[in-house]
Amino acid sequence: MRLTQGAFSFLPDLTDDQIKKQVEYCVSKGWAINLEWSDDVHPRNTYWELWGLPLFDIKDPGAVMFELSECRKANPTGYIKLQAFDAARFVESTVFAIIVQRPSYEPGFYIERTEGAGRMQRYQFSSYAVQAKPQGERY
Amino acid sequence: MSSSVSERTRIKSERYESGVIPYAKMGYWDAAYSIKDTDVLALFRITPQPGVDPVEAAAAVAGESSTATWTVVWTDLLTACDVYRAKAYRVDPVPSASDQFFAYIAYECDLFEEGSLANITASIIGNVFGFKAVSALRLEDMRIPFAYLKTFQGPATGVIVERERMDKFGRPLLGATVKPKLGLSGKNYGRVVFEGLKGGLDFLKDDENINSQAFMRWRERFLYCVEGINRAVASTGEVKGSYLNVTAGTMEDSYERAEYAKELGSIIIMVDLVMGYTAIQSMAIWSRSNDMILHLHRAGNSTYARQKNHGINFRVICKWMRMSGVDHIHAGTVVGKLEGDPLMVKGFYNVLLEPKLEINLPQGIFFDMDWAALRKCLPVASGGIHCGQMHQLLYYLGDDVILQFGGGTIGHPDGIQAGATANRVALESMVLARNEGRDYVAEGPQILRDAAKMCGPLQTALDLWKDISFDYTSTDTADFVETPTANV
Repeated sequence: MRLTQGAFSFLPDLTDDQIKKQVEYCVSKGWAINLEWSDDVHPRNTYWELWGLPLFDIKDPGAVMFELSECRKANPTGYIKLQAFDAARFVESTVFAIIVQRPSYEPGFYIERTEGAGRMQRYQFSSYAVQAKPQGERY
Repeated sequence: MSSSVSERTRIKSERYESGVIPYAKMGYWDAAYSIKDTDVLALFRITPQPGVDPVEAAAAVAGESSTATWTVVWTDLLTACDVYRAKAYRVDPVPSASDQFFAYIAYECDLFEEGSLANITASIIGNVFGFKAVSALRLEDMRIPFAYLKTFQGPATGVIVERERMDKFGRPLLGATVKPKLGLSGKNYGRVVFEGLKGGLDFLKDDENINSQAFMRWRERFLYCVEGINRAVASTGEVKGSYLNVTAGTMEDSYERAEYAKELGSIIIMVDLVMGYTAIQSMAIWSRSNDMILHLHRAGNSTYARQKNHGINFRVICKWMRMSGVDHIHAGTVVGKLEGDPLMVKGFYNVLLEPKLEINLPQGIFFDMDWAALRKCLPVASGGIHCGQMHQLLYYLGDDVILQFGGGTIGHPDGIQAGATANRVALESMVLARNEGRDYVAEGPQILRDAAKMCGPLQTALDLWKDISFDYTSTDTADFVETPTANV
């Protein structure tokens, strides 16, 4: 199973050269850029761990690439996401998100079903990798 | 006293003597009118009957869409009648048609009930379209004032919040309508939903005429769709949905279906334009109260939106629907099988997405208008589009759009998942190339061919649909004065 969150997850994993071009695009738009990492991915887990604060007023894509390599050193086996934020009025939200590192093995999610009245099912998603293992030992 | 009481009290003012006087003289034409910030403005394309003066026709439209009737009534004098009379204030000949005129009309804001689309439309398009003095009439654009917009909820969710809920940023969303439109059983229908979502789409969609027919009752459809959605969520780790159409014969039935969709955990429902403005506003308020995204299918709009000389321009429908509170509306594809001149479609998208509109005559936007912080409504591009057009779709429609490939997904020779994957790979490779600064419009076909080297389903799709295009002339194009006279 391949986690397909992020804008380019159906393409082959991006090379650092390709990532840098996307960073340049975000810089050219004046967006703030940040990195987040996680070993607890889930369809509804929208809060991955922040790698420091977003880089505001960033002009040098190299600074982002440096933080990416530092983040990879600290999290060699988990997921890393690169995001950009636009503070413009009537946007004020995330505008770009791509996965820039993923584990070599992604076992996926298990659906726990509970029977309800009238054939209704309650669905609960659990990650095979996360279950019964603490943070840092999952992937 | 020799005269009778009725003679003695008869109104002496020339203006209010009983009889028929021209609308322009009744006070519905005022070339010197000074527009107030709170006025509702409307631009009509008028085709007067032969022999009818265009100014009189414009005044008649102003009269019939506000306070007038065909003859003088003394009861006007019991009101501050001049305030309530709409004023035609400007008439321009339409450049491309000698028998047509653009008439600008201003309406006092207090003519309209707060927060009621039904009320404002009952005036603006209520009686006047059947009026004999004009042989045809089209409502081209409206300026809804800030003050009146503030009485409307606007989109229940809006583009920004929808993206946050879906956790999807930096690319257009992808969808597909389940096909065939009619006849599938619930179990088979849910199969299409599952396959499309697992293959890479963000949304599947009920079609406009799927409600609760003999071949599939609505509860069956909802249960199987939600099963398909959740299976696809588990197999991708993404948030996904399928627009569950809750349109029904009565509001009671619609609410029952919406409540059931919520109970099942659906993130989105849909309604059809034909259910009516009041019903749509009600469902939008329900949707915001229940954290539901609300999709609108514009079923029926082409019966009045397509012909240039009569009806309502679709950009007005876009404005009304953003006010009424829907989150999605089908707004054209430029390259697909349905009507849509590129500049006109761009105008519709801007109406739905921009916080403020500026006059843009080539796009058919005749008024400056501030949306008063009403949320953005996401345009949906659907109808005869396929992945081989991805560069054109991205160029014309931008990032904030849902690209819906129905036949272009379900018609894939290798199955629905393969069709969905082809679309997603085509989309992602085009966005990637654009962000890299490549000339993706010119290089589009090559970008797709390169992406297809690593994606068999995309290669198959490109080979199958390579020659499909819908190259017909649009019926609805802009007519505008190249150097417009100053707006008075």
